[in-house]
Amino acid sequence: MNTRSILIVGVGGQGTLLASRVLGNLFVDLGYDVKISEVHGMAQRGGSVVTHVRYGTKVYSPLIEPGTADILLAFEKMEALRWIHFLKPDGRAIINSQEIEPMSVIMGTYEYPKDLEGRILKACAGTVFFDALSVAQELGNVRVANTALIGVLARLMDVAPEAWEKAIKAVVPPKTVDINLKAFRRGYNLEVS
Amino acid sequence: MKKLMLGNEAIARGAYEAGVRVATAYPGTPSTEITEFAAKYDEIYAEWSPNEKVALEVAIGASFAGARAMAAMKHVGLNVAADPLFTVSYTGVNAGLVVIVADDPGMHSSQNEQDSRYYARAAQIPMLEPADSQEALDFVKLAFELSEKYDTPVLIRLTTRVAHSQSIVTLGQRADIPLKEYKKLPEKNVMMPAMARKRHVEVEKRMKALARAASDLWINRIEMGDTSIGIIASGIAYQYAKEALPNASFLKLGMVNPLPQRLIESFAGKVKKLYVVEELEPVLEEQIKSWGIAITGKEIFPVQGELSANMIAEKIAGRAVDVRPAENLPPRPPVMCPGCPHRGIYYVMQKLRLHATGDIGCYTLGALPPLKAIDTCVCMGASIGMAHGMEKARGRDFSQRLVAVIGDSTFIHSGITGLIDVVYNRGASTVVILDNSTTGMTGHQDHPGTGRTLKGEAVPPINLVNLIRAIGIRHVRVVDPFELEDVEKALREETQREEPSVIIAQRPCALLSREVKAPVSIDEDICRHCGVCLHLGCPAIEKKIQGMHINHTLCNGCGLCLKVCKFGAIRRAGE
Repeated sequence: MNTRSILIVGVGGQGTLLASRVLGNLFVDLGYDVKISEVHGMAQRGGSVVTHVRYGTKVYSPLIEPGTADILLAFEKMEALRWIHFLKPDGRAIINSQEIEPMSVIMGTYEYPKDLEGRILKACAGTVFFDALSVAQELGNVRVANTALIGVLARLMDVAPEAWEKAIKAVVPPKTVDINLKAFRRGYNLEVS
Repeated sequence: MKKLMLGNEAIARGAYEAGVRVATAYPGTPSTEITEFAAKYDEIYAEWSPNEKVALEVAIGASFAGARAMAAMKHVGLNVAADPLFTVSYTGVNAGLVVIVADDPGMHSSQNEQDSRYYARAAQIPMLEPADSQEALDFVKLAFELSEKYDTPVLIRLTTRVAHSQSIVTLGQRADIPLKEYKKLPEKNVMMPAMARKRHVEVEKRMKALARAASDLWINRIEMGDTSIGIIASGIAYQYAKEALPNASFLKLGMVNPLPQRLIESFAGKVKKLYVVEELEPVLEEQIKSWGIAITGKEIFPVQGELSANMIAEKIAGRAVDVRPAENLPPRPPVMCPGCPHRGIYYVMQKLRLHATGDIGCYTLGALPPLKAIDTCVCMGASIGMAHGMEKARGRDFSQRLVAVIGDSTFIHSGITGLIDVVYNRGASTVVILDNSTTGMTGHQDHPGTGRTLKGEAVPPINLVNLIRAIGIRHVRVVDPFELEDVEKALREETQREEPSVIIAQRPCALLSREVKAPVSIDEDICRHCGVCLHLGCPAIEKKIQGMHINHTLCNGCGLCLKVCKFGAIRRAGE
């Protein structure tokens, strides 16, 4: 199989690393070669963060090049637009509706962009917006927003949900397995075309 | 067993399988996780040393004493450890000694992007460079064999994308490597001039032997494909090139010092056009060209930043990828966290319009707007020496408006010697130690001041006040950085003194603190939109059209904004 690429983006502290761990576990379990690249250190402190996940028969580079990603999984709306040019022309985007203002906006140097959704749809018609934070809040733990988003991702991919659930169980803290699986199901049951 | 592993974890696994008994380090991105993972093996004694020089010296001692030993550091850490490195090259080893150095092309988390391969050449030490996690594991094991066979320390160079990428590895068993006999060998281990002159001859012999053996070493391999393009590459650059041009012919180098001249000449003869693809400096290129081989490298590739598969496809094959331009959006650089204890100090420093020499850590982020609290950042520990230098250059009037700002871990790493200099040479600097009880930026590692070791044992913490007094500083005071009035009083008084002084701002890192407080809110009826709270640079306080707003998903309830609001418009829920 040709190498496939999933780019995960967000703001440092949002839990993007957990999403990449779930994907890593899943693809290893399915027998693929897998490479995941993430940046630690300074960028984690509330900055723009990105994780590259690639899988296939044989993966060379751990990095996704602009114009080549199959899927963009975004935890924040402006970050989605920042990285959307990494998608290939027929790529899909799954975007958490949350907005987090960067310091430059907080200070009034810039405005948080208006009509983000319109600009995103113009760049990628196959975009799914999903309010993962509200789902997580309804379930009583804002930290499970990332598993809810993974649920939407699972919906778009040709892998049985049981395999995803196994990967989630292997990665999340044991005490939070139930709530994470609930969040995953909420995302997975989203009606998407 | 197969497992997905971070490059850094695979290095630790390789050390475990190679029978390593001692692993040392000072934390530094992108190398930190190596020693954290090594510490998880009961068979390995692992420690955070106060700095990289000490880390390497401990590893050298262990090697001389007969145990396989490893020291790990980031590229700039190797500068600190360079002194022992250059001389252990002369002494050689008893049991194997491997030094891991993690470079950071593109400077994701560093102050420069120096190329550590020059150290291998300058110190005459063999260097291996893995390209993924499996190679990281395998190369560590090979490095220990080479170290003992050729009586030399061995360097392993990582770059961020190998250190912080996960790929699949096959795990092996730990080798049973007994302690080697310890012998007193002054002619080998005491590097005074007469002995060192003889050892230098041995170093040259060893490097020649290694260079001869390099062409037959399994980690240097030719992968013949289309012979119109031949590519010489190592490490992550090999992966990028392979991604871009999978059908080309490759000479993949696992050892980047010394180079396998015979193998390179043979490969050059088999291909029509030869390229060298390497990140940062033309280290391979200059050597290959010096042998009269025609090769293209930095004529088409940059010496700064990272390479990429797209760039290689375009530069070598003329194949430009049609990519939508990136959108123009507000930047999102990293920021100090909500509840960060540094914010209190920086707010007051900004208010008093103090100049500040800064240092390396999360608090370097205080250079950015709105706090703009520090003027400089050069290297670990530099803040104190630089403040002293500024005072000597511009006089006491200037230095009364100047402080040095340094973290607790950084102070222990290399701030102490700077402070001794201030005392000894009659300076009057004021040093602010931002003591958040951890090594924050690299992800919360312990250090001699925290009272815990890397192995999780409780130990008596270094008493900073006593240490500073012992140096000869009479004025040391401890403040809570969130008590803004105390901070202001301390800064005003200490900067005016005609002798050196230290203010220790003590409050644990917001990410470590277990204290959970209710978030605070702004009462829009009381708020006058003066914007003072925005000067704190807290990511939770947002400026909306209707006024200031506090984002409760980010606010950790530290309450610092309550203290700066003159109108009492900010309140904690339930109060």
